[in-house]
Amino acid sequence: MTVKFTKDHEYIRVEGDTAVVGITDYAQAQLGDVVFVELPELGRTVAKGGEAAVVESVKAASEVFAPVSGEVVAVNGALEEAPGTVNEDPLGKGWFVRLRLADPAELDGLMGEDDYKAYVASL
Amino acid sequence: MTEPDATGTAPLAVTPLNARHRALGARMVPFAGYDMPVQYADGIMAEHLWVRENAGLFDVSHMGQGFLIGADHATVAAALETLCPADIQALRPGQQRYTQLLGEDGGILDDLMATRSADPAEDGTLMLVVNAAGKEADWAHIAARLPAGVRLMRADHRALLALQGPRAAEVLARHCPEAADMGFMTGIATLFDGIPVHISRSGYTGEDGFEISVRAGKVEAVADALLGEPEVRPIGLGARDSLRLEAGLCLYGHDIDTTTTPVEAALVWSMQKRRREEGGFPGADRIRRELAEGPARVRVGLLPEGRQPAREGTEIQDAEGRKIGIVTSGGFGPSVGGPVAMGYVEPALAVPGTAVQLIVRGKSLPARVAPLPFVPNRYARKPA
Repeated sequence: MTVKFTKDHEYIRVEGDTAVVGITDYAQAQLGDVVFVELPELGRTVAKGGEAAVVESVKAASEVFAPVSGEVVAVNGALEEAPGTVNEDPLGKGWFVRLRLADPAELDGLMGEDDYKAYVASL
Repeated sequence: MTEPDATGTAPLAVTPLNARHRALGARMVPFAGYDMPVQYADGIMAEHLWVRENAGLFDVSHMGQGFLIGADHATVAAALETLCPADIQALRPGQQRYTQLLGEDGGILDDLMATRSADPAEDGTLMLVVNAAGKEADWAHIAARLPAGVRLMRADHRALLALQGPRAAEVLARHCPEAADMGFMTGIATLFDGIPVHISRSGYTGEDGFEISVRAGKVEAVADALLGEPEVRPIGLGARDSLRLEAGLCLYGHDIDTTTTPVEAALVWSMQKRRREEGGFPGADRIRRELAEGPARVRVGLLPEGRQPAREGTEIQDAEGRKIGIVTSGGFGPSVGGPVAMGYVEPALAVPGTAVQLIVRGKSLPARVAPLPFVPNRYARKPA
């Protein structure tokens, strides 16, 4: 199981030919209390770096970008009723979308866990 | 993920409590040219709810404090009344009023609090508190328009704290017994643990509370004494914004600005009868015309259905899809438990219950016009 990270603090966890996308613990702490999550429609194609979802805290709305290109094959509908799950368990139950990867090679450009930790430490 | 907080590059000013905020675990952000705490470790939601149930301490030392000084109250009140539409003459000693600095077209240059000194030896002194972002321009505007014999003295050496919430009075009384007997919208000069302070019973949360003005060198002692009380937690600007939004209070630069008049902004209550009838303030012709004939738009509350917030700048449409206005403040109301917003609409559609649509990221979000405040005010009952 591979987990990769973006500089915008999304993670992507690859499981076979699909992958789960969410935001990191650092990102949820920066956002503060999440009060609303807007998820994409099933079947939509998202481009690497394009908007995959929107997450809203008390203060502001932020976009969640797709770490790689793909088709949305599942969304975490539980977040509509319980958006705070993003704060409580960002890497687990707080996931946003599942993508079918268009080009697995795009993963190579993302950070591994150690690199991401070092990146966050540098911020 | 996009960063929610824009970061400026200009050097930021600091308040005397800057190091204390950092020691308390605050996340600091640029606000009105100052490095300010947006939240502490608890987060905005918990801080907001704490203020509604207990007492919260806010550092608002970035705001502008000053004194308008003249021979007597009539003189200094007349000077301020040429700039603001409130009845300042009628203020009794120690009484405080909310008002606005108006431009020649009746647009709001800033909003402010004015307090007549309670001390007979200081007759002819009004204490003013203006917003941080506009304070340089405000002081210049006021100073340039004062008659001979009235002068403006900035009080940049003073810090300002706000203690807000239903437990604020009992907490403050432990350090300043006189506070418990103060009426809403009054101010006194007194001692806090022996430290000279100006205290007013007012605030920006919809709760009972106080603002405490103290020399910068003494503010840390006052803040530490209050934070040492079990009912008090430090509260950042994030919760300050959600609290005032639920309370239906305007934020300058968002809900009111140079293009809005007090009539459009639903602030007619802050223009007392004598001033509405006599005029004599900037923009009086337009404001009195709007009072007689109705304004072109009016500020209202908006309650989106569901959980999705509508932010500032969101277009408001009527049921048929015609643009009728714009959201000026919007977010999530922790005490309401859902999204809340304020904005301007055509007066015909300002009736509470009117169905409207908010256009959020290209989609239509159903909402209703709602009375303000969203959370009932709980100001001290004792009148001024």
